[in-house]
Amino acid sequence: MNEWKKIELPLTQSDIAGLKCGEMCLLSGRLLTARDRAHQRIAMMIEEGLEPPFSLAGETIYYVGPTPAPPGKVIGAAGPTTSSRMDPFTEIMLGLGVKGMIGKGRRDSLTKELIRQHGAVYFSSIGGAGAYLSKRIRACRVLAFEDLATEAIYELTVEDFPVVVAVDSHGEDIYES
Amino acid sequence: MTRSIHTDIIKSKLIELIRETNFIAPEHIRECFMRMRESETAPLARETMDILIKNTEIAAADKIPLCQDTGVVVVFLELGQDLRIEGEYLNDAINSAVAEAYGRFHLRKSIVADPLNRKNTGTNTPAFIHVDIVNGSRFRMDLMIKGGGSENMSALKMFRPTDHVDFIIDYIEETVVMAGPNPCPPIFLGIGMGGTADTAMTNAKRALLRPAGSSHPDPFYRDLEDRIYERLNASGVGPMGFGGKSTVGSVCIKEAPAHIASLPVALNLNCHSLRIGGCEL
Repeated sequence: MNEWKKIELPLTQSDIAGLKCGEMCLLSGRLLTARDRAHQRIAMMIEEGLEPPFSLAGETIYYVGPTPAPPGKVIGAAGPTTSSRMDPFTEIMLGLGVKGMIGKGRRDSLTKELIRQHGAVYFSSIGGAGAYLSKRIRACRVLAFEDLATEAIYELTVEDFPVVVAVDSHGEDIYES
Repeated sequence: MTRSIHTDIIKSKLIELIRETNFIAPEHIRECFMRMRESETAPLARETMDILIKNTEIAAADKIPLCQDTGVVVVFLELGQDLRIEGEYLNDAINSAVAEAYGRFHLRKSIVADPLNRKNTGTNTPAFIHVDIVNGSRFRMDLMIKGGGSENMSALKMFRPTDHVDFIIDYIEETVVMAGPNPCPPIFLGIGMGGTADTAMTNAKRALLRPAGSSHPDPFYRDLEDRIYERLNASGVGPMGFGGKSTVGSVCIKEAPAHIASLPVALNLNCHSLRIGGCEL
């Protein structure tokens, strides 16, 4: 059977260095969500010389826009969205200290080079497994940009959240192999 | 025979269909997943298919939507010309059913009012409605919940009428391989052939209303579907693009008459979460 590698968040530099393209991992700890609009807003703040109202240093960002939590549940369906839409913002995000990204699908060549330069990692989770993945999320609270509703930045606490190393810190890409 | 139907009946049925399609994967889809799971040898492909199967179980049991992208609501109507619709304006009835269902079932509101200013309508409306007028007094309503990630991989090419069919198959393979992981494979592929550019694209979506594993009624197109299916599943894209044999769950063609100069081929890719439902009232 397969080996799922367990990893505690936040990612350390040695965790990242040890991750190889294609490895299956179970992440536990804190993730911050952000998708199109949150990335755009962070980029606009940087452009205006402002700091985002939270630290991104060492964080792992999950590209997701969950469904609203039904009564009695932590969160609704919460699977990854397409990562390539966040490619234009990756330089800024890595510059702010982001170390890990979780989404689904390919990244462009510049993004892969930036991941290598910054010693970061890009994971793919299982797209469309929104119900399954919601069960691995133990807590959820809004951290910032509440007006963006599903596109706000949420702080998630995850346990054994399944991901696959899609671009490792050497720039190796699962979709090219 | 003239017959009438009240929009209250249409609304309550639509609300029920929206609930079903967002939470319950039909058995033909689950069977398709299980066949694909058995065909995989790579550990990552098998694990991925296992997660997709478990996802359908958790969604139904725990009442969590199958996918967080609860999509746009696409409605295909067949309206008999002898049918009289009573109550409110039919478009309003459909949109109010969508708004009510997306609120009541805690579904994501993913529609913005215009493409550039992008203010969320907050209700997941409007629905995208296609109407066919048919003979008699039939009322048929088919529903598709369509996610953005797979919709973004849509493609259209206007071929020469003299192009060989192999050239069309190459194009379809290139499109699916280029899309790779983005539309969440294993995908369901709708192909619209013929018609005008716009009808080909609508037919590509309409083709997906056929249950997974069903066959085209015309043997010529059935063979073509089989050839495309084999080619795509030999491409290596695999579940979630991680590599494997399960790239496509089914290939459905809907053909239409065309101009002597035109051979449009439109592709509508649907993720593994094919959320379709329908009813006659």
